[in-house]
Amino acid sequence: MADTERELLGGNMACVRGAIYAGMRFFAGYPITPSTEVAEGCALELPKIGGKFIQMEDEIASMGAIVGASRAGLKAMTATSGPGYSLMVENIGYAYMTETPCVVVNVQRGGPSTGLPTKVSQSDTMQARWGPHGDYTAIAIAPSTVAEIITETIRAFNLAERFRTPVTILLDESLAHMREMVSLPRPGQYEVINRVKPTCKPENYVPFGPMDNGVNPMPTYGDGYRYYITGLTHDAMGFPTNRSEEIVPKLDKLRRKIENYKDEIFKLRVDKMDDAEIAFISYGSVSRAVLLAVTLARQAGVKVGSIQLQTIWPFPEVQLRDLCSRCSEVIVGELNMGQLVHEVKRAFPSEIEIHSLLRYDGEIITPTQLLGKLEEVL
Amino acid sequence: MMVTAIKETAVKQKSDVVLQYLRPKKKFPHVWCSGCGNGIVMGSLIRAIDKLGLSRDEVVLVSGIGCTSRMPVYLDFNALHTTHGRAIPFATGVKFANPKLKVIIISGDGDALAIGGNHLIHACRRNIDITVILINNYIYGMTGGQGSPTTPSKAFSTTTPYGNVEKHFEPCDLAKGAGATFVARTTVYHTPQLEKNIISAIEHHGFSLVEVISNCHTYFGRLNRQGHAMSMIRLFREKSVMLGKAKKMAEDELEDKIVIGVLHRADKTEFCDEYQKVVDAHRGEK
Repeated sequence: MADTERELLGGNMACVRGAIYAGMRFFAGYPITPSTEVAEGCALELPKIGGKFIQMEDEIASMGAIVGASRAGLKAMTATSGPGYSLMVENIGYAYMTETPCVVVNVQRGGPSTGLPTKVSQSDTMQARWGPHGDYTAIAIAPSTVAEIITETIRAFNLAERFRTPVTILLDESLAHMREMVSLPRPGQYEVINRVKPTCKPENYVPFGPMDNGVNPMPTYGDGYRYYITGLTHDAMGFPTNRSEEIVPKLDKLRRKIENYKDEIFKLRVDKMDDAEIAFISYGSVSRAVLLAVTLARQAGVKVGSIQLQTIWPFPEVQLRDLCSRCSEVIVGELNMGQLVHEVKRAFPSEIEIHSLLRYDGEIITPTQLLGKLEEVL
Repeated sequence: MMVTAIKETAVKQKSDVVLQYLRPKKKFPHVWCSGCGNGIVMGSLIRAIDKLGLSRDEVVLVSGIGCTSRMPVYLDFNALHTTHGRAIPFATGVKFANPKLKVIIISGDGDALAIGGNHLIHACRRNIDITVILINNYIYGMTGGQGSPTTPSKAFSTTTPYGNVEKHFEPCDLAKGAGATFVARTTVYHTPQLEKNIISAIEHHGFSLVEVISNCHTYFGRLNRQGHAMSMIRLFREKSVMLGKAKKMAEDELEDKIVIGVLHRADKTEFCDEYQKVVDAHRGEK
């Protein structure tokens, strides 16, 4: 086995490395702080491997272009920050409705509106779940280190291809611009999932039928399967419909294809929870501070542990309840005015007390702040 | 008798070609009003593709939102019916991902020039090899007759009930100015020319736009007292001037006329080709 190649890598560039490893060969984007280095990295790297990069006229167009490219057979990605994500939600909704695999990176900064371009935030947590209008089930994943950005980006592509759906990667300004020494993935080290193509005759292919044994085959333009793809609510063959008996199965499928396979999607990083009486729940750059706070608190004899959500949506409520079955207190730390905490409250029975540590001044939550909160709770 | 029989056979052959390209599983009737020009454009598009000998699998029809954008649902090609105004970015993704595909966009004046105006000019600027068939009926049909970027000044619509106070876009001038390398205009009256223009546009290697002046008698015709489908189409015939003749006419003579023909053709490098050169130069670099 070849020696592992190590590199001092920034978070945004790690995302590019992970995406290329996963097979991404098409990137369309529009410059926006703090995500721009993802586009720049793709512009530099993709031609070297025969991939395609295009800078579009705006984020709406970027999202449209990656859906088109995905339908033409390439694994496709775009990257942006809150204001751009707001523009993208139109065509992210289209990708949900048309069941088109693609990956959207949101490097979060402060909002609303133009907000804080160069400052860290996690205030798009709910937007990653509820961005586009209408009913659908979303997948959003969140790494907390540069090394994790590589592996979680690979996982994002795998989930997108597996479930034929857009997947959002939630990064933040702090992670995106942080440099860490990481081992680059070796060929074959991580599983890469490619979309399943139909093998039946074109006349027998049902493009939007229920999943068949957990598989959702999707052809590429030119393969001979000439069906209709529309953002209008459609029947199993893809044709627009207004009929109740066709609307309900379509919308149910958008939910079930994720809900029924949640166990494949959930991912948590759990530290020192075996005997924990108090649990920190967090994601992204907050989880980094939590790990240090937990180590320090343990040295002082406090039985505290950490759960980092690497999958935020769908929300792993059952897993969290199980992991915290011995806990009397839960502390949710996040860089916004309180978004994740509502999901945690929904997940837990009333006898467990949920505390919230919020920061939304554009700075990161520090281990000291977490320890301070812990003292309040004790 | 003989002549009539030959004529009938010719008509039958023409409609047979159209029937061959309709989706086998799509239930008709279509959504368009009877007499709508969209059907004429659809027939011309089918005959153009048939004459070019393109395979059904290599053609991708992309559309946005509006009456015209429903066209791909009836045709047996690859299809992408996208969001309002966004057909061009989706089509850009399809074409750039696989330049072997023939990507054709069906759009209306509201879709391509209002909400999609920015995408249109940037696709022209890139000179990416896609074809836009822009059916211009001067009004939003699907939502019930509102003013569009091509609604003429003083014309009536449901959102210009006292006459339009705005100026209108000339789509062909806009496309030419933005860098498109093939620009043609015709009307739904001039079907042989329409078919020819679509063939030339698809054959052209670069961004091509065919503007087709069409009739929305249901809204534009009714609100502006231009009568039913046939009277509107007759009006297009009366107002149309071939480019060659128009060149010899004074500007004031051309006011209110529709200049038809291939208005602009240029030879410029195409986007996907240029990108491929970058790939060829840098492939395999560390």
